[in-house]
Amino acid sequence: MSMPIGKKIVLTTLLLGTVLILVSIIAISAGSAGVHFWETLEFLTGKSIPDNATATIIYQIRLPRVILAAFVGGSLALGGLVFQALLRNPLAEPYILGISGGSAIGAILAMLIGLSYFPGVTIFSFTGSLLVLAFVTTLAGTTMGNTMLSRDSLLLGGVMMNAFCAAVIMFLISMTRSFQVQHILYWLMGDLATMQKEQLPILLLVLPCFMVIFILARPMNLLLLGRETAAAMGINVKNIVLLLLVITSLMVSIIVSLSGLIGFVGLVIPHIFRLLLGPDHRLLVPSCLVGGASYLILCDLLARILPSSGELPVGIITALIGAPLFIVLLLRNRA
Amino acid sequence: MRKILDIKNISLSLRDKLILHHVSFSITAGEFFVIIGPNGAGKTSLLKVLAGLQKAQQGSVAIKDKDISKYRRRNLSQIMAIVPQQIEVGFPFTVADTVIMGRSPHLGILGMEGKNDFHIAEEAMKFTEVSHLAERKLHQLSGGELQRVIIARAICQQPEIILLDEPTTALDPSHQLKIMDLMEKFRQEQGTTIIMVSHDLNLASMYGERLLLLKDGRVVKTGDPKSVLDTELLEQSYGCRMQVDESPIGQVARVTPIPEKYLLNYE
Repeated sequence: MSMPIGKKIVLTTLLLGTVLILVSIIAISAGSAGVHFWETLEFLTGKSIPDNATATIIYQIRLPRVILAAFVGGSLALGGLVFQALLRNPLAEPYILGISGGSAIGAILAMLIGLSYFPGVTIFSFTGSLLVLAFVTTLAGTTMGNTMLSRDSLLLGGVMMNAFCAAVIMFLISMTRSFQVQHILYWLMGDLATMQKEQLPILLLVLPCFMVIFILARPMNLLLLGRETAAAMGINVKNIVLLLLVITSLMVSIIVSLSGLIGFVGLVIPHIFRLLLGPDHRLLVPSCLVGGASYLILCDLLARILPSSGELPVGIITALIGAPLFIVLLLRNRA
Repeated sequence: MRKILDIKNISLSLRDKLILHHVSFSITAGEFFVIIGPNGAGKTSLLKVLAGLQKAQQGSVAIKDKDISKYRRRNLSQIMAIVPQQIEVGFPFTVADTVIMGRSPHLGILGMEGKNDFHIAEEAMKFTEVSHLAERKLHQLSGGELQRVIIARAICQQPEIILLDEPTTALDPSHQLKIMDLMEKFRQEQGTTIIMVSHDLNLASMYGERLLLLKDGRVVKTGDPKSVLDTELLEQSYGCRMQVDESPIGQVARVTPIPEKYLLNYE
């Protein structure tokens, strides 16, 4: 309470925002021809004008990709944060709970039927995520307030759901003889390169989700204390929990339908910020949003520049960083 | 005297088990009211019904002459604060964070506290003597400290009624008295109604103005401590021998459960 919460939020967000801008410029300026930070900065601020080839690379390829990475990273981090608060389980995450898997099944089905990207794929993806969500939470009995199964059962249920979804996805793919298979496979691995520039406006749909989650940050704090305590302090628990679950699933499925399955962002980022900033969600929501954005831009940068030729799907990078880091954090937290 | 709570004919069953059976009573504003009864009598369930956390299948609960179902959760929480039996300390909130959460039902949509809210929280911490712990994490506190923090949170809510579910069970005698004295002092100063579930018949006797004895979901008796703490009623309700006499400290009843090995001497 040393500093008013409002001031803390503004300062933290400004700091993380600066980091995000720096990271974005680095990512835009880095490519097979090396990093040209200052040049790119001058192009972006309009101080000098790039030649045609450079302009195409920057504005048509790298900038949209950085924007996508920012939205995906921010949304996934936020998704993890919300699920962790609602399920009162620091290991919950859209990917681990199978929510991402469910929305991937929906998306693939829609792609195979040949639906348009928006709204067709998005709606299918959203439906898929809701079905998994309903299943996993019913299994854990947490939506109704009394926990029938332990926290670990929730995770195990999610892991099983994830395995099941993976099987269904593989089934769908193996049944397909269409030219789409390769595209779907790349998309599945969590790849930011396959997105077309025309899909960028769809990202705007997640902005209202961010707003709702920020407004509900304080109720989320109270939900950490248990549903009855939250209710005793004026929270309409049922409505708030339902709203948060639906909004977060919507956000995650929009993201999954654009970027495929990218795991561990929602685990690593909220965990790091909780260690740094404490458990107040009014601070954690903006921090995870902006911090998650920077994180995924960096991961995508690594995915682009690490291999000597071609590039890796970013999902591989996030998993390679995320899983070990998470174990380290977990051990340190316990000590 | 003004009735602040009026409970009429409440019945509640959970999973086909009868928890409360035609419970009726009323509580006057500013009263220190203690609910006693053996394990499984339905005390905690009754408290939850009073708090609106559990809906009874039958009967009505009126708070300040208005049916509880007509309140929005937020408005109800402005009137009533709860000190629960079990307190979640798994998330590393500080004492100050926790106490100011009590302001929740009074905050605007963005949930940002103003100067006034911090002032109220500081006063609440001062009152329960936890100011020096403000920056500590909840899991670093002792049982007595934690209980005082949760009471500070309830006070911070500025309610007209505080419900406490066995707040002294895990505490040593000195901390028990401290908690009870705090509640009594707060009641005297603010006129707040205190409703407490307790297993400690002697605390109930010394602090309660009126007691309610509950057994198997039914009201056995409501009244002043001396009338409720009756040997026969207690023995029937708790199923063990009891000795009730006047406490040497003054005009209050003292209850002593009698262990089997002393029964021969006693008879």
